[in-house]
Amino acid sequence: MEKAIDTCEQSGVAKEMFEKLDMFINSFEIDTNGTRRKGDLIRILHRAQQIFGYLPEEVQIHVARKLNVHHSEVSGVISFYNYFTTEPRGKHNISVCMGTACFVKGADKILEEFEKELGIKAGQVTEDMEFSINIVRCIGACGLAPVVTIGEKVFGRLKPGGDVKKILDQYRSEVAE
Amino acid sequence: MKLEKIESFDALKERFEAVRHLLGSRVEGGDPNKQYEREVLVCGGTGCVSSDSFKIIENLRLEIDACGLSTKVQVLKTGCFGFCEKGPIVLIQPDNVFYVQVTPDDAADIVRQHLVGNGRVVRLLYEEPLLKKKIEKSRDIPFYKKQIRIALRNCGVINPENILEYIAADGFQALGKCLKELTGPQVIDFMKKSGLRGRGGGGFPTGLKWEAAARFASEEKFIICNADEGDPGAFMDRSILEGDPCSVLEAMTIAGYAIGASVGYVYIRAEYPLAIQRLEIAIEQARQIGMLGKNIMNSGFDFDIELKFGAGAFVCGEETALIQSIEGCRGEPTTKPPFPAESGLWKVPTCVNNVETLANIPAIFTRGLDWFTSIGTDKSKGTKVFALAGKINNVGLVEVPMGTTLREIIYDIGGGIRGGREFKAVQTGGPSGGCITKENLDTPITYENLTAIGSMMGSGGMIVMDDSDCMVNISKFYLEFTLEESCGKCTPCRIGNKRLHEMLTAITEGKADKDIMQRLSALGETIKKTSLCGLGQSSPNPVLSTMKFFKDEYLEHIIDHKCRAGVCKNLMQYVIISDKCVGCTACARNCPQNCISGKVKQPHVIDQTKCIKCGICYQKCKFGAIEIR
Ligand SMILES: Cc1cc2nc3c(=O)[nH]c(=O)nc-3n(C[C@H](O)[C@H](O)[C@H](O)COP(=O)(O)O)c2cc1C
Ligand code: SF4
Ligand code: SF4
Ligand code: FES
Repeated sequence: MEKAIDTCEQSGVAKEMFEKLDMFINSFEIDTNGTRRKGDLIRILHRAQQIFGYLPEEVQIHVARKLNVHHSEVSGVISFYNYFTTEPRGKHNISVCMGTACFVKGADKILEEFEKELGIKAGQVTEDMEFSINIVRCIGACGLAPVVTIGEKVFGRLKPGGDVKKILDQYRSEVAE
Repeated sequence: MKLEKIESFDALKERFEAVRHLLGSRVEGGDPNKQYEREVLVCGGTGCVSSDSFKIIENLRLEIDACGLSTKVQVLKTGCFGFCEKGPIVLIQPDNVFYVQVTPDDAADIVRQHLVGNGRVVRLLYEEPLLKKKIEKSRDIPFYKKQIRIALRNCGVINPENILEYIAADGFQALGKCLKELTGPQVIDFMKKSGLRGRGGGGFPTGLKWEAAARFASEEKFIICNADEGDPGAFMDRSILEGDPCSVLEAMTIAGYAIGASVGYVYIRAEYPLAIQRLEIAIEQARQIGMLGKNIMNSGFDFDIELKFGAGAFVCGEETALIQSIEGCRGEPTTKPPFPAESGLWKVPTCVNNVETLANIPAIFTRGLDWFTSIGTDKSKGTKVFALAGKINNVGLVEVPMGTTLREIIYDIGGGIRGGREFKAVQTGGPSGGCITKENLDTPITYENLTAIGSMMGSGGMIVMDDSDCMVNISKFYLEFTLEESCGKCTPCRIGNKRLHEMLTAITEGKADKDIMQRLSALGETIKKTSLCGLGQSSPNPVLSTMKFFKDEYLEHIIDHKCRAGVCKNLMQYVIISDKCVGCTACARNCPQNCISGKVKQPHVIDQTKCIKCGICYQKCKFGAIEIR
């Protein structure tokens, strides 16, 4: 997982990240005066979030300049879409599905347990930056409801009163090692 | 894998003959030239993958090698079989033996007992829940019996990462035929005659939509495949893209030919990484064999497809918002007219079709109009895929002919209500739809019938609810969703829904006035009439429909401050019945609030002022001494 930018500025990691992003943007050969120059914006923001972990202002401004659009247009797009975040997320981002299938199978109780175990609310990060929780709407694994994803891993058919703690312990022991 | 380019329709037919053995053991009758004696098909859909199906594949391969069977048996990853409830699923062909809930550790038994010993691993066979009888063959399982698979025809049959298997399953024959034998207007005419209607929600006839886009002259036009699948609880589009991506590509190319477009976009949710990966592979392979690109099958027609990604906004499923999103803007809907067919993406004629709609198209061309129009009802032709979820025994994807009744879907295919509880309602059409109750279980499913009973077809999400679900709470849940997803462009949707939600919250907290139901319906109707896009226009539907069918339940909340399902926390109390309490202390030890007191072997008491109604004590008491009031 990528670290927050300010902590890596000194190490030159940030520079590397920006270079990576530029390589991606340049591959589109965007006509910066054309009317369609924003057509690849969302794809670029996806890549940027993958590289940086989130979309802080300096990244937004950088992307805006590369596409020759105003910063407000970029931040407007970011604030519209749930997938984009301007705050860093935890090393393990826990996405709790609150789609209908999961909801009727008690996803709200699962969410409550995660919040209680970690002492944070959905949308927040733990102080040590290890865990964050966010809510998603249906990842299409409704057959396994209620469903939670951590990174790429999917946990399904969760039951309140035990499963949540077990999952967290797996990741916590990783931290301890 | 290097793939050879197919230069003409005749060459495609030759290639079909050359590769049809690939599906030898998997289709009825089988091909004598099949390469392997047996094939082991393992579900590679999102659901089963998260239950370790890749590890199952790995173990099966290791075991097969160890038994020296690798030249005789092939293990394959396929798309979703639909029976997600029982996943991971392993199907052995040509025996048609269907193993359910397989774990990586079961690989050894499957190989040794079945593949080597020619026996069956009985414990992994599906058990019919009523008769407690094991069923061996997938075609005998009730879940599959009433289904007809058109859109899902290749899911769970072919390897979605090998385009040659798609060719072996009649792939690109429809495209070849259109390019060689039909003109654009003839293709459109054929689509109109098929009676196919959009599966993305609206039910608009696909042929008419193509005709409209073809009518407007323009040098540039676009085809868009709507793979945003926003309805939470619907997952058919994902399964099609994961299990049979090529059929969607083929249909988009046909649509492009019909309306005169040479570029297509698939707008797909970023939440579907596996579908994205399979699409990328399919597009790359289609380019290699010349089914995408310049001069397809030497017809002079050029067409190529690119992916565009969503970023978690439900409203972007609405076609005008989707177009805004592809243009790199906030996904806010625009007024219609002008319709996309006239002025869509980058202001040129654009045709937006749903994934499932598209997946039907190649099959209609290869199997013919007579076949397709014989399925379904007068005005709703063909099949519809539904995602069955909620309190039902067989969660999964089912494809049934239009005109099937809800009862057949829920009881015959779905296996009835989980835990033997009582059916209460089924919600169709997601956040835009409504509830259907017991009284309407025998209504044949068609676009018109569902609208007439106050719900809608929608994209095909079907959430089954039982007597432990509170209808007020469910409609509140949908409104929360709408509130979060409203783009905020127009006032009735942005503010009206907020007020609706506040009123519902008041009801669930026992703080509502007696006349609140009148106000709810008045405001709901206003929002429906005055919102700009389909999201706002349909957002009050869940509330209005539950108020209509479950009026008593609303009144109980409002007047008696009671929630019969025991869901609305503010309206209930956990109480210990002192006669039944033996003083085992189990509840007190587990109460997170430490609000249960009492001496050992003496009746306990709950301090209602501190109780947070978590229900843990209720679960922990083995003596039935705790009651919900
Ligand atoms: C709020 C809203 C959300 C929608 N979401 C989807 C969706 O996720 N997928 C989809 O195919 N159509 C969706 N639609 C319908 C599309 O606007 C459009 O009618 C459809 O993609 C057309 O394809 P079809 O004719 O093949 O059904 C949505 C409509 C509205 C109003
Ligand atoms: S109805 Fe709602 S979602 Fe649709 S345009 Fe208006 S505010 Fe946006
Ligand atoms: S768990 Fe039941 S029997 Fe035991 S003390 Fe609590 S109420 Fe009494
Ligand atoms: S509702 Fe949770 S995965 Fe679909």
